[in-house]
Amino acid sequence: MGTQALNMDIVILFLMALAALWTVMTRSLLRSAIGLALTSAMLTILMFRLHAPLAAVFELSVCSGLISVVFIATISVTQPMSQEKVLQHMRDRLERFWYLPILLVLIGIVLSFVSFKFNLSVPLPEIEKDPRVVLWNQRPLDLLGQIIMLLTGVFGIIILFREAKQK
Amino acid sequence: MLSLMILIPLACLLLISFLPLKGKRVAFAVVMALAFFQIYAVFSPSIMANRHLPGLASVFNFTLAVDSLSRIMLLCIGIVIFIALLAAGPFVKEEDKRFYFSGLMILELMGLNGVVMVRDIFSMYVFWEVAAAASFVLIALEKKRDPLEGAFKYLIFSSVATVFVLSAIAIILLISGSTSFTDIRVALLVTPHSNLIILAVGVFLAGLFMKAGVMPFHGYLPDAYASAPAPVSILLAGVVTKTLGVYTAMRIVIDIFGFSTALKSILLCIGLISAIFGALAAMGQKDLKRLLAYSSISQVGYIFLGFGCGTPLGIAAAIFHIFNHTVFKSLLFVNAAAVEDRLGTLDMGRMSGLASRMPITGTTSVLASLSLSGVPPLAGFWSKLFIILALWQSGLYGVAVTAVLTSLLTLAYMLLLQRRVFFGTPEKNMAGVVEAGFNLTLPAVILAILIAGVGLFFPYVVHTVIFPVVSF
Amino acid sequence: MSAQALTLFWPFCLFIVVLFVIGFYCLLVTFNLIRALIGLELLIKAVTLLLVLVGYVTAHEALVQSLVITLIVMEVVIIAVAAGIALGLHRHNKNLDTRQLRNLKG
Repeated sequence: MGTQALNMDIVILFLMALAALWTVMTRSLLRSAIGLALTSAMLTILMFRLHAPLAAVFELSVCSGLISVVFIATISVTQPMSQEKVLQHMRDRLERFWYLPILLVLIGIVLSFVSFKFNLSVPLPEIEKDPRVVLWNQRPLDLLGQIIMLLTGVFGIIILFREAKQK
Repeated sequence: MLSLMILIPLACLLLISFLPLKGKRVAFAVVMALAFFQIYAVFSPSIMANRHLPGLASVFNFTLAVDSLSRIMLLCIGIVIFIALLAAGPFVKEEDKRFYFSGLMILELMGLNGVVMVRDIFSMYVFWEVAAAASFVLIALEKKRDPLEGAFKYLIFSSVATVFVLSAIAIILLISGSTSFTDIRVALLVTPHSNLIILAVGVFLAGLFMKAGVMPFHGYLPDAYASAPAPVSILLAGVVTKTLGVYTAMRIVIDIFGFSTALKSILLCIGLISAIFGALAAMGQKDLKRLLAYSSISQVGYIFLGFGCGTPLGIAAAIFHIFNHTVFKSLLFVNAAAVEDRLGTLDMGRMSGLASRMPITGTTSVLASLSLSGVPPLAGFWSKLFIILALWQSGLYGVAVTAVLTSLLTLAYMLLLQRRVFFGTPEKNMAGVVEAGFNLTLPAVILAILIAGVGLFFPYVVHTVIFPVVSF
Repeated sequence: MSAQALTLFWPFCLFIVVLFVIGFYCLLVTFNLIRALIGLELLIKAVTLLLVLVGYVTAHEALVQSLVITLIVMEVVIIAVAAGIALGLHRHNKNLDTRQLRNLKG
């Protein structure tokens, strides 16, 4: 059971890395945004398997949902390039990006030779097991910070997007 | 009572947001009142005492704390926000823009106050992001091309720094299982994983150096400072990067990691590089605000030099220099704002002999330049002297001598600035220029008095304000 | 720490490093504002995974979940502001090319 679970995790990790690689390598920005959403979805599964279900739900709804929407909206507002520019762009990209897979394979080989044998001694497990209780009772300052951050976001969005609305 | 420092601004922000359009004219006054309250609060023992709020208000009892270091930062934040608001008049003209500007200033104030007062590594990150996000929007406020560019660069650099810091937080969590400063400190003392600690310190400091904009990591800083609207550059140069980078570095080193030999040498090395190359880069600038930005990088180098000694004198000198830097750099940016307001440009090639046209701006800028270059008896001289003494005391003679020589370089580029912009006879195109308005001369005069005052009464200031910082 | 958690730890670390490399590569090499933001997002994903992994290994899942939720909120606001700035730049430059961002030099 143990090794099976591990294999499952590694498969998902591999898929996630693949999705991330595709995000970076693909030519179209739109596909890139979708790749990011896929990466995020894989991350969600991993988080769920690592006993963080609540955060996983947040990740799924906010990161692979909301942020993708923001990206796709931004991409669709910005105009597409002309045909010859696209061709030039593709050649440009190929030159710059084909090093990445090679780099990754090299890093993979190097890291898999490094043995990780020292015993981690970890701190005692916590008593409180409910993240909601932790957030509300032990970390109210973070909640206040979230509120202030959201206000900042509101101000930012009003200021930065206002002109677009008028046009 | 410390939570008031965040809650009162929040309440004011909500209040002015719900006012009708006419009422929004008071927004500037509200922020100034808040800054004033902050300055008052720093000196009020009852607010600083951190008593618990009674009754229903006990919901708002957050785990905040202040020590002398935090108080000096709070004071700097209050002063700079006040000055920036005073100077904002000619630059933020439309009614609604004034409201957004004030709102963002309040958000920035809350973020910075939070960073200064929290004693929890993750909450620190939270307020950090608040302050950073507010500054991005403030830079991009006018939505002109260059400010947007500066804001985008700042955003990318700052977010990468945040990623570094979060990775360090994750490593620290692995060791300690807690995020509060005291727990981490205790856990770090007993843990067998010294390699992981070194990794955490390295990653954390890399992130903080990016935020502070010291020399190898400075790519965004001149762009952000130079392109921002004048009041925002006062704010950025005066407190934002100092709080987000320098103060936090001091805080985590003092409260969590403690000084080790390797850490000291990293700080000294970064400080020296930043001090020398910042000054050299400042020599070659043509834009007034860019020159000031590079000078800021150089001065942050000095702060890290003092701090890197790890001795009480060094730390005290670094803190004193933070305060002085806040005052004289804000003053220089106020002067730059006055020049920009009257001439509509910051290109130093097109300026000449402004001192005779703008006497107050000219005089105060001379005072600030001299303080920056460390000429006695102004405030900047004493802090630089202490930094060099601390270096000498630690046996770092070479570094101390280099610091003295670099300060000559500082004097050189500040005199160059003065000669190009203020000294000499004005050319024909300067004929119609008159002194900037009350909005820009009043803050200049206030800051100039502070510089001279701190310089003349420095024994009093040092013994009552600065040295208590290091008696922890 | 249980034996299973330990066997999990190293492969996860490896893939987190891979994600970091992909993100940094994207950030350094790209000439497109939106793609730079996507690279940044990948970096933040890597950090999120690192935090969750640390929570799992140290059995501090509750604390780490509350941290990650806060982190996600921060991330959204930053990305929204960044998208706004990128749109503004697009309005001025008519493209998203970072090579156009050379007005400020020094």
